[in-house]
Amino acid sequence: MNTRLADMDQRRTKPEWQLRLYVAGQTAKSTTALINLERLCKTYLAGRYEIEVIDLLKNPTLAAGDQILAVPTLVRKLPEPIKKIIGDLSNEARVLVGLDVKPMD
Amino acid sequence: MESEPVEGMKNVKTAVARGSVLPKSPTGIQGLDQITGGGLPTGRPTLVCGSAGAGKTMLAIEFLVRGATEFGEPGVFMMFEENAAELTANVRSLGFDLDTLVAENKLRLDHVHIERSEIEETGDYDLEGLFIRIGYAIDSIGAKRVVLDTLEALFSGLPNHAILRAELRRLFRWLKDRGVTAIITGERGEHSLTRYGLEEYVADCVIVLDHRVVGQVSTRRLRVMKYRGSAHGTNEYPFLIGTSGISVLPITSISLDHGASNERVSSGIARLDEMFEKKGYYRGSSVLVTGTPGTGKTSLCAAFVDAACQRGERALWFVFEESASQLVRNMRSIGIDLQRWIDDGSLEIHASRPTLHGMEQHLLAMHDAILRAQPGVVAVDPISNLAFEANTADVKPVLMRLIDFLKQQQITGLFTSLTQGGTPAIEDSQLGVSSLMDTWLLLRNLEYNGERNRTLYVLKSRGMSHSNQVREFVMRDTGLDLIEAYAGNDRVLTGTARLVQEAQERVATQQRRLEHERRLRALTVKRKALEAQIAALQLEAEATGAEADSAVSQEASHAAAEKHDTRGFAGRRGGAARTTVSAIRTSARRKQ
Repeated sequence: MNTRLADMDQRRTKPEWQLRLYVAGQTAKSTTALINLERLCKTYLAGRYEIEVIDLLKNPTLAAGDQILAVPTLVRKLPEPIKKIIGDLSNEARVLVGLDVKPMD
Repeated sequence: MESEPVEGMKNVKTAVARGSVLPKSPTGIQGLDQITGGGLPTGRPTLVCGSAGAGKTMLAIEFLVRGATEFGEPGVFMMFEENAAELTANVRSLGFDLDTLVAENKLRLDHVHIERSEIEETGDYDLEGLFIRIGYAIDSIGAKRVVLDTLEALFSGLPNHAILRAELRRLFRWLKDRGVTAIITGERGEHSLTRYGLEEYVADCVIVLDHRVVGQVSTRRLRVMKYRGSAHGTNEYPFLIGTSGISVLPITSISLDHGASNERVSSGIARLDEMFEKKGYYRGSSVLVTGTPGTGKTSLCAAFVDAACQRGERALWFVFEESASQLVRNMRSIGIDLQRWIDDGSLEIHASRPTLHGMEQHLLAMHDAILRAQPGVVAVDPISNLAFEANTADVKPVLMRLIDFLKQQQITGLFTSLTQGGTPAIEDSQLGVSSLMDTWLLLRNLEYNGERNRTLYVLKSRGMSHSNQVREFVMRDTGLDLIEAYAGNDRVLTGTARLVQEAQERVATQQRRLEHERRLRALTVKRKALEAQIAALQLEAEATGAEADSAVSQEASHAAAEKHDTRGFAGRRGGAARTTVSAIRTSARRKQ
């Protein structure tokens, strides 16, 4: 169901970045999005993030909560404010702009 | 203009006849089901487009509410602009309680919020999330109806229109596959029906709403632009958003199937009733009273509603010229006390300025008042004022609708219309509504001999024999009355001229009677004289007779004596006796 991919190297307190990825089944787009997201996080947010993947086919009621229309949608729950990024996250530069993450170097 | 309604009606009828071919879901919206011949296409999306404030959302929500409450079809309302609380508050004025329907699982409201600033596109995506939300909402209550209001918000929220359009195409396909009857609303575009060309995807049924302002008065209109697989009314129909939802006014108004009553109702003036077979108007008929200013139209109305109240019926009077209190005061001067009917609740006077709202609002106000009061009679005074601001072409459909409505309710309606003095065509009702009316009374001022007098005559009255006479219409402080105008010689006389003529006739009659009596007396005298003469002659005749008798008896005694003598002579002289007897007889005759 909800797959937690927290970086276990870090302390047990909640990470600074809370990300939630909404998908609809195991489609090519959702798989691509998850792969892209994990790569980005490892690169730029190593040790500071938590990803929750929600499959709307299994939990349709959750779509209304975060106002999800498009899938895949990545929601930045924390830090505030909430940001939404739609698409398979293949455009890395735009994902970083959307998440408000500055490249480290 | 004249041929359109007929054509429209044909279409509606054909649509009903073909109803079995294409299944339809009734909207429950007054009038719309008649235009579409039974409702929207079942299991298919319908596009409702119009400018801002045209009533798209209202139509959509009523479709769902009626479906849930009247046809047992639960509905889903996906809103992209307002949220559920706002919508619930907005439609409460129409009498729709969305909270209860939601609690009863007959309705589901889902607010889809898109904030452009929160969204960043980073590659390929689809709208499966929306599909899932709609699908979940449908499944959770077993919905048969879906409204998407309005999908166009997606265009401003999602920058990639190529993906969006592909997804919309898929969405409509998907809605059809789900078998739900859907309404998609869309904002009117400049060069196309909708701003983003939604009509490209929804091709089954397109309804266009319009909100036009003419002469500072706004009118809403509805048109079924397209209905694949079904005939439909093609006209523009005015519609209202009132306290009980949307009401579309098909100009042809369903069909002419109202029952006709044989019952009669009094006009309030005994002599006027006499002109209609001594019984008055038919119940449920519509009566038009036209006349130039000051001919007594309002007074006729007053008599009519007064009579209704006296029969114990309720009466409604819509006035567009005077206030209620002014009317009551003025009618008192002709001996009609309306205040008592107002006090006991049998009479309602609704006074408003014609320019207060558009035609549709006036009609709506009348509808509401009539439905609430359930009157036996309704008077509208005057309908010509309704056309003061509005286009005359707008007035006719509204009146037609009102008349049809009254007929269906078996309410007798009296309408007055002001005609301009001096126009050559006095039989001009100004609004072209005379053909809708069953009875038409014409009031006229006749000017003659230095005075103006009111006259009334019946121009037409369907279904009854009616007097062809012009009557003089008299208003006294004791009430209204009709007097037979003097119609002798070569002209009709009214007022003083009539009185003079009548006086002259009275004098002439008197003189004739005196002359007659005199002649009778003279003849009597003459007869008596003759009788006296006859009596005198009779006496004379009797006297003569008596004399003759005495002469006869004298002669007899003479003869006897003579015979005796002759016998004596004969005894003495023999045969010469006969000659002597003859001579004696002759001398006796001479004596007489």
